[in-house]
Formats: sequence, structure tokens, C-alpha cells
Amino acid sequence: MTRDEPAPVGVPHAGTPTGAPDLAGLLVRAARGDESAFAQLYDATAARAYGLALRVVRNPAQAEEITQESYLDIWRQASRYDAGRGSALSWMLTIVHRRAVDRVRAAEAETRRETAYEERNRPVSHDTTAEAAHASLDAHRVRTALAGLTPIQREAVELAYLGGYTHTEVASMLDLPVGTAKTRIRDGLIRLRDVMDVGGAR
Amino acid sequence: MSSDIHALSGAYAVDALDPAERAEFERHLATCDACRAEVDSLREASGMIAETVAVPPPPALRDRVLADIATMRPLAPVTARRRRTTRRRLPALLAAAAAVVLVAVGGLVWHPWSHPGSGQEQVTLADRIVHAPDAQRVRTRLKDGTVVTAYRSAALDRAAITAHGMAPPPRGRVYELWLQDAAGAMRPAGLMSSAPTSAVVLDGAAAHARGVGITVEPPGGSPTPTTAPIALLAFS
Repeated sequence: MTRDEPAPVGVPHAGTPTGAPDLAGLLVRAARGDESAFAQLYDATAARAYGLALRVVRNPAQAEEITQESYLDIWRQASRYDAGRGSALSWMLTIVHRRAVDRVRAAEAETRRETAYEERNRPVSHDTTAEAAHASLDAHRVRTALAGLTPIQREAVELAYLGGYTHTEVASMLDLPVGTAKTRIRDGLIRLRDVMDVGGAR
Repeated sequence: MSSDIHALSGAYAVDALDPAERAEFERHLATCDACRAEVDSLREASGMIAETVAVPPPPALRDRVLADIATMRPLAPVTARRRRTTRRRLPALLAAAAAVVLVAVGGLVWHPWSHPGSGQEQVTLADRIVHAPDAQRVRTRLKDGTVVTAYRSAALDRAAITAHGMAPPPRGRVYELWLQDAAGAMRPAGLMSSAPTSAVVLDGAAAHARGVGITVEPPGGSPTPTTAPIALLAFS
């Protein structure tokens, strides 16, 4: 990847607030060792990366560790990012999310199972702290889009993505027949994708 | 492409597959452009959800991240064509001593998404375990010549296996993976219903595991081994 131009037309820049820096361009510069570009990339994305990690692992110290390791990965792997496959943000968050999920599964403490399940089953009151911290228009758009899913789709997607549960666990939590949750997750994501108009057929 | 495995795309996009399913789906992805495109697009969608949970990290984290990267060089871009995973070479290891024939996991550590020229490699958990700075590696060779390698990263608290050579489990049976815990008990660590072609991550915490075992079990697996292990690898 030595592309200099902005990402080609049609490549989604989902989730990038209007006027925000061109993340793909910053990533390309980072791949060449440009630390200041990387610092800008960090500033533009760290709240989402850290917030996601925190939501999945529910422990601020661990969320910091995961975020730190993820950005190191992102720095090292920047040259592997392929704008033809999706937005820079999505690529970065995939790295963060997988690390977070790996961490909770590795820990897999019974206590987490129990307490986290309860926390997650409180009426969805979207973290008020997060909301205050980041009441962006994009967040509002996403919530609106999520509200357009069926309740089961939304719960399945949120338990999987924000809860870090496997589809089998999600099925059990939602009293769905085994094998059904994966379909709900997929259907929900497809609907979200289409409503948000991101990542369409390329 | 089987519609069944295709249906895993959403769960894969949000990391909601168990390790065996993940390995299986990644093997499928290597050959299914439609699924790859779908996964990419669904990750765009799931990534949007992060917007709703954003929280500014503590300022000190920024300093640590920037200090980290200052000491590390970004990886070079992938330029030359790289070989795909070696295809199975041993079509005929067959059944004879079915229980002795072993698992086949493409031994090359390989990012299953990579295509020559695609330039993008997704790092899998298996890759991370195998390449972890603290990874321990132990190896054994089965009677049929299959080389089984187990990797364990205490830092990641996970283990993975690969094997060179190929054979599906005996008909109507599955391979079950086991982690032997510090007390010596064998804990179920996942099932393999077919012979995967990439590294397989074992379920469960592995930092203190003594070793890894593989047995042949009835479909659905068993809570404790019901047959003698066909492979047993002890971490030193």
C-alpha cells in the first residue's frame, strides 16, 4: 500500500464524523512510520476503541491494556490495511474488538457470566456516561438504526458485539433454539448495514 | 459454498464464534469471495455500534501508546506473492487404524484471509498465540507421520494446535481437544468435526495447563476422555 490519494469513491467512511480527518490517509502515513499521523489517528478514534473495549470487558484497567495493545497492532499492521475492503475505522475496531473478546473468553470467570449477564439485561439504558461523553450525531443515527431492528435482532447483535458472547451463548440467553441466534445476528447486521448505508456491495 | 456455513458470516463478523467454528469459517473464507465481502460489510455495520459506547480514555493512555510505537517499526507492506497453505498431500492415510490416525490442521501459520496481492491480513487469535513472544511450542509425531504442534502463550492465556498431515476423524466420530489442568484433570477444549486447515485455538484458560491432548469421541464430544489420547503433548 503506497497509495497517496484519498480512498477511492465508494469506500465507506462510516462512523467518521463530518469534518473528521481522513483516517485511511492517516493510516497510510502511519504505515510509513509517521508518528504524528498516528497520533492524529489515535485522537480521532481512541474514544470509540476504548469505549468498545470497556463495554466488552467492563474493567477500565483491562480496557486500557487492550486499547494500548490494539494501537500497537494497528501501528505495526498499518501497511496491511486495504481500503478496498472497508473503512479504516472498521479495520481498527475489528482489531480492538477481537482482542477484547479474546480477553473475556480467556478470563471466562463464572463471576463475569453472572454479574455481566445481569448488567446486560437491565433495560437498555445506553450507558449514560458514554452518552454524555459522546453525544454525537453519529451515535444518534446508530441508535435510531438499531431501534429499527426487531427486538430479538437488536438484542442478539448487542449481546454478541457489546457483550462479547458467542452465538451459542446468545441463543441460550435469549431462549432461542440453538443455531437461530447466528441468523438473528446476521439479519440484524445486514439491516443495520443497509439502514446506515455502509459497506454496501463493492 | 454450503448455505450453512455461509450463515456464520454475521457471528464471525462480531467475533461470536467459538474457536472451532472460527477456524472452520476462516478456512471457508479463504475460498469464498461472497462471504469475505459480506463479512467486510457487516464489520462496517458492527463498527458503527462502537459509536454508541464511546468513552474518552484516560489521557495517560495516549502517552503510553505513543511511547510504544516510537520503539517499534511498522511492518513492511506485503509485496511479493506468498504461497498459499500447502494443500493436503496425504489423500490416503485412511481408516485402517482409524483411532490412531490424527487430526490434520494445516500446519503453516497463515492468515486465512490473505490472497496474493490483497495486501490485508487479519490477525487471528491462533496467529497471535503462535507468534506470541512468550509462546511455548511442543511437538509430537504420530504413527502415521502427522506432526502435531501445540503452542501456549501464558500472556494470552490460550493454547492452539497445528498438525501437518491430514485425516478426517473416523466416520461418525469427532476429535476432541483437551487441556490438562495444573491438577492433572483433562478439561474439554473444543471439538473438531473435520480436519481443519489452519491452526485451531483451544477453548479455555491455558496459562497453567500442563499439556494438550486429543481423543476420538462420539459426536458432541464427551465431558471426560473415553478413549486413549491419540496425541498428548506436555508443556515444559
